[in-house]
Amino acid sequence: MFYIILETTSTFSTIGIPVLIISSLGLLFGLILAIASKVFEVKIDPRVEAVIEALPGANCGACGAAGCAGYAERVVNEGEAANKCAPGGPAVAALIAKIMGQDASAMTQKVAVIHCSSGGKDNTKWKYYYQGVDSCKAAVNIAGGPNSCSWGCMGLNDCQKACMFDAISIDENGMRVIDFNKCTGCGACVKACPRKLIMLVPINRNVYIKCSSKEKGPDAKAVCGTSRPCIGCGICSRKCPVQAITVENNLARIDYDKCINCGLCATVCPTKAIQDLLAGMRKKADINPELCIGCTICAKVCPVTAISGELKQLHVVDKDICIGCERCVSKCPKKAIEMV
Amino acid sequence: MGYFGELFVMAMTAIFIQNFVLSRFLGLCPYLGVSKKLDSALGMGMAVIFVMTLASAITFLINKYLLLQFGLMYLQTIAFILTIAALVQFVEMVIQKNAPALYKSLGVFLPLITTNCAVLGVAIINTTAFRSDGITPYNFLDSTLNGFFSGVGFTFVLLAMAGIRQRLEKVDLPKSMRGMPIALVLAGIMALAFYGFMGFKI
Repeated sequence: MFYIILETTSTFSTIGIPVLIISSLGLLFGLILAIASKVFEVKIDPRVEAVIEALPGANCGACGAAGCAGYAERVVNEGEAANKCAPGGPAVAALIAKIMGQDASAMTQKVAVIHCSSGGKDNTKWKYYYQGVDSCKAAVNIAGGPNSCSWGCMGLNDCQKACMFDAISIDENGMRVIDFNKCTGCGACVKACPRKLIMLVPINRNVYIKCSSKEKGPDAKAVCGTSRPCIGCGICSRKCPVQAITVENNLARIDYDKCINCGLCATVCPTKAIQDLLAGMRKKADINPELCIGCTICAKVCPVTAISGELKQLHVVDKDICIGCERCVSKCPKKAIEMV
Repeated sequence: MGYFGELFVMAMTAIFIQNFVLSRFLGLCPYLGVSKKLDSALGMGMAVIFVMTLASAITFLINKYLLLQFGLMYLQTIAFILTIAALVQFVEMVIQKNAPALYKSLGVFLPLITTNCAVLGVAIINTTAFRSDGITPYNFLDSTLNGFFSGVGFTFVLLAMAGIRQRLEKVDLPKSMRGMPIALVLAGIMALAFYGFMGFKI
């Protein structure tokens, strides 16, 4: 009888006590944490948590914030753009825009565009032969850079090294080619370029002024390796149907909020400094005679007055003048205009 | 030897002779992971000092008044991890509420070190450590200070590593050596250098 008691006591003390102690320790800590989470509750904007949920959680830092939580906080509290998450892409941008109550359509993706047409092996004028640390940042400090144009590309590919998504490749001439399918618009190359040649442009805008020189016309022309600099003549600015181009310090710049992608500026530029990716590929407007009611709206919005017609009469498009900007298409109340 | 002498020995041992990273090889994960930039290394180091000091203090009490009392030394690991994890979570909540600035600089690192082996390591080493006379086991203050000095030693090495790695960024290395390979070579060389402190008699 005595032995049995001793036996049970020792079983209890070898198994019971440790189990009891550890589980009560766990329970105690659990209780403390539960109470603490109420007492020390910090009110977090529920949107922050929602945005964190929407983000991929890779903490890659491509958005420029310290991790996904940091970016979520910036989006909610500092009005950071919703489309900065590179791994997430447009799907996540749309989700975040929805959480923030923004219009998802305003969240167009941006891509990097190098605003210089020079920088390759045979289209750059050199001041001296540079031999040193293989980096634009280093070269730019030696006598203002190895190339004659002190605004242009040095061709040492800091942007390519900065790109985390392999979107920048080098062609056989040593020129940098940006693959818009891979570019996420994270802006790493924008920061990497010491000459500030790279800007982020909405992916649906295809007309670029490929020069960043603020030199006066003749000076810019003298040093440009492709002799296609912006000379600040202002013709593009005057011809632009929507006043999207401004010339400042001998350099024209396109305001992509206003730009309608018509490519007119590229055709009038005397130095061919403006690149138009859609040149020759634009369709012309065509009015369906059965649907046209002659409201004249298309004629009014046409930047080049290619559309003519009297009120309540059928309107026609002069295909030679039409630049294919598609403005009339979206304005036609009867959806009578098609691009062909 | 007075108590300050004792402290000096303890500090030198924890920082140089028995450095957590380079002699005991504990806490290697943050050593290689958070040593890319000097400022984040500093943040991590501060968080480790903070947690190590607190963990040493609290685990000493747990060990003395709970585990030793009931002869449950074999439960040390599980009890300590439980305690440290709960403690760090608690501290994180407190500083998030009361010191948002501190939370911003330390907060991101705190969850990373809840289960860091260096933190558990210092707690366990404290239970078996003796003062320099070789007879007196560590008391509460000794344990806490040992935790603090161990944290300092960790931070010291982390900062040295981050400083070197930042400079290495600018070096023209062969492609295959860039990043982690050179960091590991570097860690090896640093460990060899610290090997020189072994057998150092104070």
